Amino acid sequence: MKYVDEYRDGALAKGIAATIAREADPQRLYHLMEFCGGHTHAISRYGLEDLLPDNVRMIHGPGCPVCVLPMARIDMAIRCARDPRVTLCAYGDLMRVPGSGGSSLLKVKAEGADIRMVYSTLDAIRIAEKAPDREVVFFAVGFETTTPPTALAIRAAEKKRLANFSILCNHVMTPPAMRAILESADGGEADAVRVEGFVGPAHVSTIIGTRPYRVFAERFGKPVVIAGFEPLDVAQAILMLVRQINEGRSEVENQYIRAVKESGNLKAQAEMAEIFETRETFEWRGLGWLPDSALRLKPAYARYDAEKRFGLVDAPARDNPACECGAILRGAKKPRDCKLFGAACTPDTPMGSCMVSPEGACSAHWTYGRFREAAKAAPRPRKVA
Amino acid sequence: MSVQQPIRRKLDLKNGRVDLSHGAGGRAMGQLIEDVFHAAFDNDWLRAGNDQSAFDPPAGRLVMTTDAYVVTPIFFPGGDIGSLAVHGTINDVAMAGARPLYLSASFIIEEGFPLADLQRIAVSMGEASRAAGVPIITGDTKVVERGKADGVFISTTGVGLAPPGLNLSSDAARPGDLVALSGTIGDHGVAVMSKRENLEFETQILSDSAPLHGLVAAMMAAGGAGVRVMRDPTRGGLAATLNELAHRSGVGFEIEEAAIPVRGEVAAACEFLGLDPLNVANEGKLVAILAPEVADAVLKAMKAHPLGCDAALIGRAVADENRFVQMRTAFGGGRIVDWLSGEQLPRIC
Repeated sequence: MKYVDEYRDGALAKGIAATIAREADPQRLYHLMEFCGGHTHAISRYGLEDLLPDNVRMIHGPGCPVCVLPMARIDMAIRCARDPRVTLCAYGDLMRVPGSGGSSLLKVKAEGADIRMVYSTLDAIRIAEKAPDREVVFFAVGFETTTPPTALAIRAAEKKRLANFSILCNHVMTPPAMRAILESADGGEADAVRVEGFVGPAHVSTIIGTRPYRVFAERFGKPVVIAGFEPLDVAQAILMLVRQINEGRSEVENQYIRAVKESGNLKAQAEMAEIFETRETFEWRGLGWLPDSALRLKPAYARYDAEKRFGLVDAPARDNPACECGAILRGAKKPRDCKLFGAACTPDTPMGSCMVSPEGACSAHWTYGRFREAAKAAPRPRKVA
Repeated sequence: MSVQQPIRRKLDLKNGRVDLSHGAGGRAMGQLIEDVFHAAFDNDWLRAGNDQSAFDPPAGRLVMTTDAYVVTPIFFPGGDIGSLAVHGTINDVAMAGARPLYLSASFIIEEGFPLADLQRIAVSMGEASRAAGVPIITGDTKVVERGKADGVFISTTGVGLAPPGLNLSSDAARPGDLVALSGTIGDHGVAVMSKRENLEFETQILSDSAPLHGLVAAMMAAGGAGVRVMRDPTRGGLAATLNELAHRSGVGFEIEEAAIPVRGEVAAACEFLGLDPLNVANEGKLVAILAPEVADAVLKAMKAHPLGCDAALIGRAVADENRFVQMRTAFGGGRIVDWLSGEQLPRIC
C-alpha cells in the first residue's frame, strides 16, 4: 500500500530503534507521554514497545475522545435518546461506553430507543432530511479533529433549512488537557507523573497547527514533537524527544511535516470560531473539571443545540469506585494497576471508558499487549517458525 | 367428463412480488416452489415432490451441519446470499475432512420481496450446487409479513461422508504443529462492506465465496492423519479462528504478519475503514493445523489447487497456558491477536 507501508517498514524501525538505544543515556529514565489514542493504538498494534530500550517509557495520555467523556455526558445522551421524538446519531465507538447503572447507548437501543451508528456527520444530516417528523440529534464528540465536520453539519443544516436537526456538543480541546497534566504534576499531586516530553497530536495538529504547543516548551520546559499515527512516525518522534532531553532543549518540533503546518488549517479554524464558543468549564473523565477546555454552539446557532432544545442538564454521575480510568488517563497508573483490568473489565464487558475505545489505554493493552506480563512471569523464546 | 381446470397464470418473475399467499400452503405456494426453486435446483429428488428425500447412507462417518444466512446486502461483488448459503454449508461439512453429499435449503421470505430477486438467488444456488456436485434435495418456504424479516433469510443443512475413523477436531492442535492458510484474507468482508448503505466505496474486490471440498480432498490425500484440524475463518476472521483453536486445543499460536497474504486493495480498504484484515470475514479460505512432518507436502498440494494457489505457512502452535495468539508484526514488534469485541467499528480520530 503506497504511502502507508513506507511508514511501517521493519528495517527502518530497527535502525531508529538502534539509534534510540545508542543515544538514550543508560543512567536516566525517559518518561514520554503520547497524548493521542491514535499513537497508543499504533504503539500497541505494531509492538513498538518491544523495540524501545527499557529506560524509555511511554505513558499513555488522555487523547482518546471516547475515553475522556465523563459518565454524566453519556447519561445525558441516554436521556436524550430515550425521548420518543428523538433519533440519536452517534459514532460507533460511543455505543458501548458505560453510563450510570451499567447502561449504555447499545442497551438503550435494544430497549427500543432510536439510535443510529453513523460514520460521518453528514449521515446524520441525511437521516434528518429523510425523517422530517423526527428530532435528529448528532452526539458530537472529539478533539479539534472532529469539530470541523460537526461545524460542516451545522452549515449543511442551515443551508437545507432543517428544523429537526441538532447536536449534543461534547467537543473538547487538546492544549487545556496537556496543561492540566503538567499543572497537576507542578502542584505536587500525589499520583502526578513527571512527563518529560510529549509525542504531540497528529490529526489535531493538522487543524490547530504547532503554535498552541509552544507554551509547553517555553513555560513548562517540556519538549513536544508532533508525530503522525504510523509506527515509524512515533519511533522517530521518540528519538527526537530523547535528543531534545539529552541536549537540554525544550522546543516544539514537527515530525509530521507531511500533514501539519505551523499555522494549521485556517479555514477549519475560522469555521470553528464562527460556530462554536468556549465553555467556561467542562468535565473530563480522569482530569476533572477543566476551565476553557470545551466548546458549545454560539447563541446564534442555539437552535441546533440539543442541550437547549431538550432542556438537558448535567446530572452528577459516579464511576465504579474501583475503576482507575481517571489515574490511567492522567498517566499516573498503568492499566494493569487497576484491580478490574482483565477480570471484571475487558473489551467485552467494559466498566470504564478506557476499555471501550480501541484507542483507550486499557483496551489497547488488553487487545495487543497483555502477553508481556505473561512473558515477564515466565520468559520463553518468541521466535516463530 | 373432466371438470374445467382453472387457468394457471404464470408467476410474474419480472415485476411480481412475494405475497403472503406464497407461504400459505395453497396453489400459489406450490407454484412458487415449482417455478422458482425446483426450476433452479432441478434434480430427481425434488421432481418426486415429497416433503423429504430418501437416500442410502454410504459406509463411513456421516457429518452433518446447518447454517443460517442473513447477509446484507443480499447481492454483493462476487456472490449473493444464495451461493453463499451453498458454499458456506459445503465448507462446514468439508472442514471435517468429509465429502459433502446433499444439502437442504429453507427460505424465510419477507412479504413484498421481488420475485425477480428470489429467482436470481435460486438460480445462483442451483448453479453453485451443480458446480460443487452437491445437490439440494429438500427444502421449505415460509413467507412472513412485511417488517418481520429483512428481504430473505436462507438456512441450509448439509450432510457429508468422512472416511471411517477420521475425526478432525478443534482440540487436536499440538505444540510444534504448523499453521497453514489457504490464501488471502479479508476479501469477502471487504466486498460486502463496500456495498453497505452509508459505507459505499469503489472497489474491484470480489468475495472469495467458494466451495472448499476439492481443496480439502487434495490436502487429506497429501497429509492424511497429519492434518489435525481444519477451519474456515468466516465471521470474526483469522483472528477468531486461531483463538478458538487455541482455546479448544489448550495451546498458543505464534504467527508472522509478513507471511499472511492480504490483497493490496483489501489492506487499503481496511486501512481507511479502521479495520484489521485479521478480523474480517472470509468465505472461501481455510486454516489447517498440520503435523510438522506433513506440512510441506500439504502446502504443495494446496498450492497446486486453484483455491489454494496463495497458500502459506503462517506460524506454529506453541505450549502456552494462556492460549495467546501472538504475532510478530512486520514492523518488528510483538502483539496479541485477539477476538474482536462487539462489531468492527471505524475509528473516529
